[in-house]
Amino acid sequence: MSLPTLSNVSDSTRIVASLQQEVPGATFEAAPTVDLHPTIYTRREDLPAVARALRDRPELRYALLAELTAVDYHPREPRFELVYILVSLEHRGRLRLKVRLPDDDARVQTVTGVWPAANWLEREVWDLFGIVFDGHPDPRRLLMPEDWEGFPLRKDYPVQIKMTPRASEPLQVTEQEFRANLERDRLTRG
Amino acid sequence: MGLEAEIPVLTTTVEKMVQWARRSSIWPVTFGLACCAIEMMAMSCSRYDIARFGAEVFRGSPRQSDLMIVAGRLSRKMAPALRRVYDQMPEPKWVISMGACASIGGVFDNYALVQGVGQIVPVDVYVPGCPPRPESLIYGIVQLQRKIAQQKLA
Repeated sequence: MSLPTLSNVSDSTRIVASLQQEVPGATFEAAPTVDLHPTIYTRREDLPAVARALRDRPELRYALLAELTAVDYHPREPRFELVYILVSLEHRGRLRLKVRLPDDDARVQTVTGVWPAANWLEREVWDLFGIVFDGHPDPRRLLMPEDWEGFPLRKDYPVQIKMTPRASEPLQVTEQEFRANLERDRLTRG
Repeated sequence: MGLEAEIPVLTTTVEKMVQWARRSSIWPVTFGLACCAIEMMAMSCSRYDIARFGAEVFRGSPRQSDLMIVAGRLSRKMAPALRRVYDQMPEPKWVISMGACASIGGVFDNYALVQGVGQIVPVDVYVPGCPPRPESLIYGIVQLQRKIAQQKLA
């Protein structure tokens, strides 16, 4: 059976060779895959430069960040793996880029400057795995309540928690704003 | 109630009149949280037609509503919003907890969901099912109407 014709970017050795021209000194590790998409591991120190090269090199052009997620391999160390699934619309290819992160220092540089789509995806990974994205423009939780404690998708997070649900929201305005609102209300009513 | 022999009027007590008025036109607030809401919508549409029991006017504003049908699983993040909508409804008001998730958390026995909306708002009628059929919810509303008919004014 003939596989669909994919351009040479789908070949992980070619991608690695191309990246090494752009980011000298970076280390890569090609992992075997069962699907058509090549998988490459890189170190987190090299991630920002590698991401930029993947997007900008004319023979790569992975301009679309389709997905960004993480896997918790607790209790293995390094514990976390970040998974970036990239699409090159120009060359009709996909790439799975992975970064290993240790448990005691789960942080990585943000790629929002390279792919703006990473903004909410990184927030989601922070929310559920507790992986810090340094330089993120808006590092808030995305899915869980903002005052939530813990990171639910970690393997050592309990499924059930005994905690009374909160029935009221914390005050959304500061005390000064609250007083100003009262004052304005008083003045408009005369 | 009694029919006077000479003049065409009905006599009754204020309490009975108020009970009749309240139970005969229950306006639910639109509060669908999950798949139960689909059954709730089916209940309000022509096939099951809750208009037969005077509860078909789903309102988009809690200020115009008497009844909150909590239709679906309530997440911890949603709980303050549910309580706020309930607080915005004018008295008198009633709550129906629709389905297993709203009543006790259902299959979702986990950190993210409230294990029963009774922890957030006072529930008058629990409707079991996953999801309850529209007939079950109609039965729940009729049960609520019976309850309203017994509520004393003072």
